[in-house]
Amino acid sequence: MEYEAVIGLEVHAQLATKTKIFCSCPTKFGADANTQTCPVCIGMPGVLPVLNKNVVINTLKAGLALNSEVQVRSIFARKNYFYPDLPKGYQISQYELPIFLGGYIDIESEGEKKKIRLTRIHMEEDAGKSIHGANLNDPASSYVDLNRTGVPLMEIVSEPDMNSSDEAKAYLSKLKTILQYLKVSDCNMEEGSLRCDANISIRSKGEKTLGVKTEVKNMNSFKNVGKALDYEIERQIKCVGRGERIVQETRLWDTEKNITLSMRSKEEAHDYRYFPDPDLVPIVIDKAWIEEIKNSLPELPDAKKERFITKYSLPIYDSEVLTASKEYADFFEETFTYINSPKSISNWIMSEVLRIVNEKGCSIYKAGISPEQLADIIKLIKNGKISGKIGKQLFQEILGSDKKVEEIIKEKGLIQISDSSELEQIISDVIQKHPLEVERYRNGEKKLTGFLVGQVMKATKGKANPKMVNQLISKCLG
Amino acid sequence: MLNIKIKELRQKLSDKDISAVELIKYYHNRINRYDPEIKSFISLNETALEEASLIDQKRAKGDHLPPFAGIPIALKDLIITKNIPTTCGSKILEHFIPPYDATVTKHLKDAGFIIMGKLNMDEFAMGSSCETSYFNKTRNPWDTNRVPGGSSGGSAAAVAARLIPLSLGSDTGGSIRQPGALCGVVGLKPTYGRVSRYGLVAFASSLDQIGPFTTNVEDTAEIMTVIGKHDDKDSTSAKIDNDNYMSDLSGNIKGLKIGLPKEYFSESLNDELKNSIFDALKIMEKCGAEIVDIDMPHTEYAVAVYYIIATAEASSNLARYDGVKYGYRADGKNLNDMYVHTKSSGFGEEVKRRIMLGTYALSSGYYDAYYLKAQKVRTLIKNDFISAFKKVDLIATPTSPTTAFKLGEKLKDPLQMYLNDIYTIPLNLYGGCGISIPCGFDKKMLPLGLQLLGGYFEESKLLNCAYAFERATDWHTKVPDWLEKE
Amino acid sequence: MSKIVGKKDVLYISSLSKIEIDEDKMEIFTKEFNKILDYMDKLNELDTEGVEPTSHVLDITNVFRKDVPYSTSKTFPGALSRDEALKNAPEKESGHFKVPIVIEN
Repeated sequence: MEYEAVIGLEVHAQLATKTKIFCSCPTKFGADANTQTCPVCIGMPGVLPVLNKNVVINTLKAGLALNSEVQVRSIFARKNYFYPDLPKGYQISQYELPIFLGGYIDIESEGEKKKIRLTRIHMEEDAGKSIHGANLNDPASSYVDLNRTGVPLMEIVSEPDMNSSDEAKAYLSKLKTILQYLKVSDCNMEEGSLRCDANISIRSKGEKTLGVKTEVKNMNSFKNVGKALDYEIERQIKCVGRGERIVQETRLWDTEKNITLSMRSKEEAHDYRYFPDPDLVPIVIDKAWIEEIKNSLPELPDAKKERFITKYSLPIYDSEVLTASKEYADFFEETFTYINSPKSISNWIMSEVLRIVNEKGCSIYKAGISPEQLADIIKLIKNGKISGKIGKQLFQEILGSDKKVEEIIKEKGLIQISDSSELEQIISDVIQKHPLEVERYRNGEKKLTGFLVGQVMKATKGKANPKMVNQLISKCLG
Repeated sequence: MLNIKIKELRQKLSDKDISAVELIKYYHNRINRYDPEIKSFISLNETALEEASLIDQKRAKGDHLPPFAGIPIALKDLIITKNIPTTCGSKILEHFIPPYDATVTKHLKDAGFIIMGKLNMDEFAMGSSCETSYFNKTRNPWDTNRVPGGSSGGSAAAVAARLIPLSLGSDTGGSIRQPGALCGVVGLKPTYGRVSRYGLVAFASSLDQIGPFTTNVEDTAEIMTVIGKHDDKDSTSAKIDNDNYMSDLSGNIKGLKIGLPKEYFSESLNDELKNSIFDALKIMEKCGAEIVDIDMPHTEYAVAVYYIIATAEASSNLARYDGVKYGYRADGKNLNDMYVHTKSSGFGEEVKRRIMLGTYALSSGYYDAYYLKAQKVRTLIKNDFISAFKKVDLIATPTSPTTAFKLGEKLKDPLQMYLNDIYTIPLNLYGGCGISIPCGFDKKMLPLGLQLLGGYFEESKLLNCAYAFERATDWHTKVPDWLEKE
Repeated sequence: MSKIVGKKDVLYISSLSKIEIDEDKMEIFTKEFNKILDYMDKLNELDTEGVEPTSHVLDITNVFRKDVPYSTSKTFPGALSRDEALKNAPEKESGHFKVPIVIEN
């Protein structure tokens, strides 16, 4: 019996606005507990919510970029339930009339292109954080921090169009890239600004109806999403194989045991008693506003990738890496304004610059080298003034220094030696010092050129023009 | 002093006929003498005299003072006041001290008012008699065996007894107008969205409005210029300002069309009440108004609609009282127990009943039949008003089906209590403005109230008509005998 | 709509609202509850086909606030210090609100 997995993802992205969705508290991550609150987000008696316009703007950008259909009129609704980190006893969300319906994301997984459809996108407020028991102190207590209550969230719900953990990861990755391009969210799973829950079921291949689904939560990194989905698919297949029925339930991914565990406590029905929030008024989006937002959208990842392939004649792989982040792409294109060598620029960015970015965990513009400086290095190599190897040394020097490229070169004496008479002098020194090797070369071991060139390089501290040295040695030795 | 108007008080203060300290002491004396029996206050502001003293000092120096500096006022304990306990008449907020002010509180402070204290009310504004308060049962100054009405019972009684010149209350289904009628004072519910709800502890968000109790209509107009403003902190606040309330009081109502909806004048309506209304209308006709018969066919459904919508919204608004962040907390062996014990012992019977009703009306399977249905009928009731106001300028009705009833008389049957609001509720569902003004007394010397209803933001028209009536009568000047001693 | 609410329903509503009615008061409560619900059945006399529900009386839409934090906003001064935020808390510890432990599986 062959089974296929059917996966739908529910993603919550924290919007990168300066203030919360319904009050003017800051949204900075990592503040001390309960230092970013006000009467409104604490849910004190008598307070009222007022909608942050940038939340709407950011959501509009995202929805349009995700090919979703904006609803002219949308409203907020209350989702009522009790939990200590939900101070009002309800979450302000959107239910019957969300701001966007439909949409899709193009993904590529295992060489195949696929469209993953979206069901809806809506805005809501985040809840606070709880620390339980001995993690803070008293094992019989929980501790609540309300800093995060009211941070704006965008919920993106996909159709169950994914059939593997790979596709799920590709979807998440693409979604993350798009949202980062738009600068509407940091999309950092480790910090919680991107969260993902999955609905998974299995069915026999070719079957049209959906099987019983489970909800999987607590997948807090891309890697864990993959592991959790793979595990759950396996588990369901094994279950059915034993003749058991899949129970519709919520399961948590356990990052230590690498399994999903059932959350048995949910005997109470989730009757959220949604109703339109009387404290907030409807949002009406007219055509003019949509046009304004559309015109403000940056070039999106897919379009940029295609353009990099055609305009710069870059291989698909390079284009993908360079457009994985809008900043990488911007850096590349800025460097290109200084030198028309797209493949060289691409190589340098992919190998050297991104290495630093990954080491430091910083943005590409903060890696320590500017596009102009990178262009300078490439120019110098192209003009034969320095070798590729020296170029890498120069690169490191630039990272650690404020000085101009010319200054550094002068200081460190990095200019390549390309003067043939100077080189011939050094070459003859080397030949003299290594008669044995010369003998062996003359006897046919041509590969000893490498050794001799290496000696010249050593003598010149790497500054000799290796191509020239090669030629001159061959000439010298015959 | 018993019937002094705010503008006269302001004059006296600025002429230095009376000092702010003397004025506060005057009211403190009355409160100390009479409130032990009336029980209108939950708490008194300890710093009132100090504030008055500062005002006098500033006035002596010739410093600039805000327009209402030194005028005392008191607020229903549903209105948030910074650093002054705000209890909402409930055990669950008995010790709650807010770290912020309601917008109206801020307006009052900026205008120079001295807040004398917080007034008693039905718990979380749920009631029509002021008997569900955790703290006290306020008495009607006209007969202390009877209720003042509710939920703003304390606010109405305090003004009726002249313990303060004016007060603020709130009206969700009649909680200003009904106690206003039962206590013989002027009570206005402004148009929904006219006065900011920021800092008004929410009962039913789509119905609640803050409004004033006064001894006369001019004072109502005056206080509205202070509190009737747009507020950015309230998304449902209307974006229109109107400062013309005072200048619009001409007393001229020639040609004003006043509608009489037959649905409010059924066979069962008490004769004394009916006659006093008709007498009042005759006076208005003498002033030049025209009385027109109108229909408001969906009136009889208003109470049912209200008790679904208001309880549904309330069940959600009161969810926050869970013992976690503030307020009363009862012990529990685990979190769920803590929630249940806190709410079950922290809220009174009526509040619990309404929360459960509202929860039921919103619950899965019943939402369509109750909540959604009620919202649709609300549209029909709203349309009744919209049609009526195409034919007439204002609508006149009795405010309450009865005069002040005895304490305990209606507590046994919740539904009976709900039907007290039968004449006031429709206006809240529509959202327009409405006022109750004294129009007589019954055989037992209990006040009778006339209700006038107006369209959206038609306060000027409404107040002007009330003013015309007031000028031609003196019901509003009456004070219970035992309270006449200054 | 004229379903009679029994004890089981009351218990369900209790679980949603976290309010419990004492056993000895249950019968009276249920009776009064049903009486009120019966009264609300009146609404079934009306045909509301095609009628739009009213959730807001005024026609206000698009009320927004600028994305400016409290510290620099003039309209919205209002942040609370940690002490103010926790001042009314029934129980607090280490800058947190403290509650009996939340049990999850």
